[in-house]
Amino acid sequence: MTATTSPGTSSPGAPSVAAAGPAPEVPANTGSTATRALGVLALASTVLLVLYGLVWSPADVEMEDSVRLMYVHVPSATYLYVGCFITTVASGMWLRKRTPGWDALAGASAEIALVFSAITLGTGSLWGRPTWGTYWTWDARLTSTALLAALLAGYLALRRLDVDPDARSTRAAVLGLLLVPNVIVVNRSVEWWRSLHQDSTLVKLDPTIEGDMLVALMVGFLAMGLIFAWLLVHRFRVAWLEYQSERIDLDVALAARRTEALGEVGAGAGPPPGTMTGTSGTTGTTGVTA
Amino acid sequence: MIAMTHAGYVAAAWGGSAALIGLYALSVLHRGRKLSRRVPPEERRWS
Repeated sequence: MTATTSPGTSSPGAPSVAAAGPAPEVPANTGSTATRALGVLALASTVLLVLYGLVWSPADVEMEDSVRLMYVHVPSATYLYVGCFITTVASGMWLRKRTPGWDALAGASAEIALVFSAITLGTGSLWGRPTWGTYWTWDARLTSTALLAALLAGYLALRRLDVDPDARSTRAAVLGLLLVPNVIVVNRSVEWWRSLHQDSTLVKLDPTIEGDMLVALMVGFLAMGLIFAWLLVHRFRVAWLEYQSERIDLDVALAARRTEALGEVGAGAGPPPGTMTGTSGTTGTTGVTA
Repeated sequence: MIAMTHAGYVAAAWGGSAALIGLYALSVLHRGRKLSRRVPPEERRWS
């Protein structure tokens, strides 16, 4: 990971290289051999999830076929928690070390966590309609999950503010530290308050489901985990590119300003004192209107 | 699978999730391609 790279490590000539375009042998994308392998594994496990979740696993006695929503809902909720955890840890590391890689990782993970929160809330609502008779209820688990999604959206909005990048990252990191405490509230909500939501499906070594249904859920965790990892690597690289792009823009702006300032100084210096007559329109170009 | 109960909910949940992840993945790849053209190769160490 490039987490320890500091902003000043790039060559000063970077903008000109960017203007010339990348070397032909280097692909202009965020892919690599490792991400391609990860992508193939993610696709293969997704196919397996579809087969286990929709074809091979049986319907539940009580929930009937709506149990098949669990194979997407439970893993997506789990990786929502994982995304929040990564953001909180990376935010803490940013506040401690101030290296751009940690900030990029925090932002990348939060964005993916927001996607997974949308899947969690969506699939949960679609499961609730046939099971509870309603898409939404202000239950402790549902409400706290919606608040977590709102916190993630706020975090990402904060990261988009057009202010000093360092201050922006610091403010976002402080908000990022609040994600894990919120995850704990979401996770414990079914125990702390009276809740319509069921307890954990997998409790330690005594799961409440078994057989092909348990296998389908496990395959769901595997597929969602691989998808999460693939997305995180790509999104981290995008965040890194955004950082580099901002730095290049700043370098170009500084170079332009420096050239402009040198031009002003050169024009302002003019001929030595006493030689300037002020009668000629060509020699008297000191920035004052002729 | 053919005689699935709650088939509409199951299809909406699975289809919606796949669509959301797919669209998000495409947007990430697109952003990556766009930004990669602006950044010199030595700053793209994964390539």
